[in-house]
Amino acid sequence: MHTESWQSVGPTLDECIKCNICASYCPVAAVTDLFPGPKFVGPQAQRFRENGQPHSPDHSVDYCSGCRVCNEVCPTGVRITEINTRARAELAEEHGIPLRNRMLGRNDVLAKLGSIVPGLANFGLHNGLSRTLADSVMGISKGAKLPRWANDTFAKWMKKTAEQRLKSDKKVVYYHGCSTMYYEPFIGKATVAVFEHHGYEVIVPEQGCCGLPLLNNAEFPEARKYHQRNLDWLTPYARQGYPIVGTSSSCTLTLKEEAPEMLDMHGPEAHELTMAVWDIFEWLRELQESGQLQTDFRPLPMVLPYHSPCQYRAHRIGSPSLEIMSLIPELDIRESHARCCGGAGTYVYKKEKYQIAMDVGAELFDFVKEQGAEVTMTSCNSETCRWHIETGTDLPCRHPIEILAAAYGLYDLDTRDLV
Amino acid sequence: MKRIDTEILVIGGGATGTGVAWDAALRGYRVVLVERRDLTHGTTGRYHGLLHSGGRYVVKDPVSATECIHENRILRKTHTHCIEDTGGFFVVTPEDEGDYPDKFVAGCAATGVPCNEISLKEAMRREPLLNPRISRVFEVPDGSADSFLATHATAQAARMAGAQLLNYHQVTGLIIEGGDGEKRVVGAHVRDVARGEDLEIRAQMTISATGAWANVVAHMAGISISVIPGKGTMVAMNHRVLNTVVNRCKMPADGDIIVPVHTVAVIGTTDERVADPENLRIEPWEVQLMLEEGEKLVPGISRARVVRAWAGVRPLYQEDYAGSSRDATRKFALLDHKERHNIDGFITITGGKWTTFRLMAEKTVDMATSYLGERKPCITATSSVPGVDQGPYWLGHRLHEIEEKKLQGQLVCECELVTRSMLENAVRQNPTITLDDLRRDVRLGMGPCQGGWCTYRAVGIVHEMTVSETGHPAESGTAEWDVAYMQSPARNVSSSASAGAPAIPDDERALFNPNLLLRDFLQERWKGVTPILWGQQLKQERLDELIYLSVMNVDHLPDRDLSSPVTEFYRYDTTPNGNLEAPE
Ligand SMILES: Cc1cc2nc3c(=O)[nH]c(=O)nc-3n(C[C@H](O)[C@H](O)[C@H](O)COP(=O)(O)OP(=O)(O)OC[C@H]3O[C@@H](n4cnc5c(N)ncnc54)[C@H](O)[C@@H]3O)c2cc1C
Repeated sequence: MHTESWQSVGPTLDECIKCNICASYCPVAAVTDLFPGPKFVGPQAQRFRENGQPHSPDHSVDYCSGCRVCNEVCPTGVRITEINTRARAELAEEHGIPLRNRMLGRNDVLAKLGSIVPGLANFGLHNGLSRTLADSVMGISKGAKLPRWANDTFAKWMKKTAEQRLKSDKKVVYYHGCSTMYYEPFIGKATVAVFEHHGYEVIVPEQGCCGLPLLNNAEFPEARKYHQRNLDWLTPYARQGYPIVGTSSSCTLTLKEEAPEMLDMHGPEAHELTMAVWDIFEWLRELQESGQLQTDFRPLPMVLPYHSPCQYRAHRIGSPSLEIMSLIPELDIRESHARCCGGAGTYVYKKEKYQIAMDVGAELFDFVKEQGAEVTMTSCNSETCRWHIETGTDLPCRHPIEILAAAYGLYDLDTRDLV
Repeated sequence: MKRIDTEILVIGGGATGTGVAWDAALRGYRVVLVERRDLTHGTTGRYHGLLHSGGRYVVKDPVSATECIHENRILRKTHTHCIEDTGGFFVVTPEDEGDYPDKFVAGCAATGVPCNEISLKEAMRREPLLNPRISRVFEVPDGSADSFLATHATAQAARMAGAQLLNYHQVTGLIIEGGDGEKRVVGAHVRDVARGEDLEIRAQMTISATGAWANVVAHMAGISISVIPGKGTMVAMNHRVLNTVVNRCKMPADGDIIVPVHTVAVIGTTDERVADPENLRIEPWEVQLMLEEGEKLVPGISRARVVRAWAGVRPLYQEDYAGSSRDATRKFALLDHKERHNIDGFITITGGKWTTFRLMAEKTVDMATSYLGERKPCITATSSVPGVDQGPYWLGHRLHEIEEKKLQGQLVCECELVTRSMLENAVRQNPTITLDDLRRDVRLGMGPCQGGWCTYRAVGIVHEMTVSETGHPAESGTAEWDVAYMQSPARNVSSSASAGAPAIPDDERALFNPNLLLRDFLQERWKGVTPILWGQQLKQERLDELIYLSVMNVDHLPDRDLSSPVTEFYRYDTTPNGNLEAPE
């Protein structure tokens, strides 16, 4: 691959000292021979890639799930996952992108379509026949859990409840992402409730998909458009000094870092946005540190296995969800040290990768099992991870913000609605 | 004492000598070539990697320019798989003022070097890291070339035509008959340095193709020729940086070319007169100058990872020479010692460039023919060496083949993608005295970790082979390894690919001492890293040091008094006071 600039991710291959730590931590390489490992397909193979070669030299890079465990353990700072993602994009440029991946890459469009007639869409998508068809015709794994469309989108709920919403001088911008918008508006409700509980007025500006599914499915030109749109919509708020807070750990990571880095969009706008975007618990931890966090918690007597998703760890902000949730009385949190749940965004939906995703997740699923029969639910920040963990454990999985909202007495964890 | 009789004895296994052997054998002569170390151990294995278009010489040395473009076209056919068609740019940076660019264009036209001015925008599109302050860009048909592979392929072609090539055979003296005015070289005293045996090779014509060592060999005939050793230092960056050869459009000077070759980009060179072609020390100022000059072509390059530095020595010949060595002509020197010194049976060919080795060989054999009598005409320009069916070299070919054949688990050298089978075949079928020979065969240890992870693996494999295989010596000529494919993982898939291949000859097997192999190679790799020990490569070496000194304790291996024919060479050079072993 051509190095466009010294600032881009490619030249970080120079940091590699071949130590193999990434190779020994990679959860995918541990369960399949189809993936030769992050060092191999990353900094190593990168030295052999170049534009305009007679063939693209390697395809195995497509088995990288993008989980970023390699980046996390690399002692010298090689942007291994990003190198892989780019290499996949180059592959796509040469071989084209399968329709399936185009669909998975544009789940925002799909989500929007489905939300028009959610009942029908749910029936269409979730009946056994259509899943079998999708599996055999499109290669979309039958076993992977697909989300259900909500009856009302988050935007509709905001509109409906506009009157009741808190007005305040303290304002925060909420980046909810596609999943909260169409599938899990209750995450948004819980979030708004927590914001308001702290006296913040919630602004929900126009916003679009962060572009991560496109990046992961190698559609860089389209991802560039998506990111530009978000820059246009969101940077004005950043400029006014509002924090832009999100609940989906992968969306916020994309806005903060992935999109500008992968797409080489290093302009001042992108930088302003990067500086303004927060993960919700990262932001709450700031409140806590300045003594403004509400502590009127009710006890939540239960055992809660919590998995910090790879995308969340990639923020490099420690474990703010864990820190805040551990303030909740009688909540017995069991932190998972599994490397990855295996789902990895759209990875698990690809038929040829489904078993890999299940095998990778085994580490986490077994951990949950070991916590005993009293466990009734688990918790994780990322939506696609939650769906996959539900598949792997047969237990409901909740976002930490739902847990927190419940601890404030604002939210019911079973009905997933405000109380 | 063993004695070999032949028609032509070639001394020197660089590009030139191997080319001479190939040409002469094709014309029907009986040929023996001796090289005191491995093939390409001399300048040929230490050059910059550029297949010249001739552009560099169009103003200063038009004859060379014409020769280069002529040979450039031929080598792309005869040695296709050894050459990458990178193309080349001559760029005018803000530092390069004056009328040189116009002279350059006129020079290209006059010498027949194709040259096409392209827009800066187009150049930047193709090479985004180029200095944006460049004002003009000319495109020429430069390329990059693997001289190890090319020389091995030429050697194989020579063997297939009947030549005998002996490496680790050093000429220690010339055999001279006849008195004053009637002197005649009739062969050479040769030492098999690996086995410590002497032999005598009798020949009707002795051709010295010893490059920068030509004067040393000439001395053996009691004569002196003015070969000026000009040392050139190069630094290799850890990755390609560029995919096009980039030259400064100005009078040739230091550090004005970057050549992408295999996985690295090489900035070069300096040019310093040195007294001795053997002990080349890389000075800090040379490395610094390369990076400073590189910065003018590719801003930022000096902060990127440098993987290694090395030096080669130019055999520059000039009659009655007196100036600084950059000004010496690049044209080759073919010396008929009968005519010049009244010594019969002896020719020296030196100078020139890698790019022109075939032409030099042709002219040399033409001269030999005038004494030995006409045989078949020269056909090297229209022949091809084995392996050309692989097509032109492309960077991803190894990765592609590893991927296709699923050989990821087979890698010995992970940086340069050398599989176990590639290594084993190279050991079995190419005379191997040190791991450095394997490096030249398959690129073992040439990547970022500089042998950190592959050295102990390779030693283990070689050791296993020497203790477990029962050998029957290779009959020379018949059991030639398909060296043409030595760099191809796919062609060396399993040991079944080498079934029928000879095992390591018993007498060679006796030469392997694993501890010595390990020490020599570590020392050899270390030599090229010491001059650039900072930043990422320093981190790397620290890790390598922990592996070898702390984990394996190689400072205290037994057999510390053993040495190979190259031990001294690796030890000296950049570490004149260094000693691998701890003091007693
Ligand atoms: C720094 C540098 C960069 C260069 N870059 C380029 C380039 O980019 N492109 C290009 O076309 N050219 C380049 N050249 C020129 C080119 O490398 C040489 O012209 C060419 O390699 C010379 O080959 P040779 O066979 O004549 O000499 P060598 O390769 O030096 O071969 C001579 C051989 O003789 C052997 N020998 C010496 N004494 C004895 C003995 N007593 N008995 C047996 N064997 C003996 C030596 O071991 C050696 O292997 C470069 C040269 C230098 C120095």
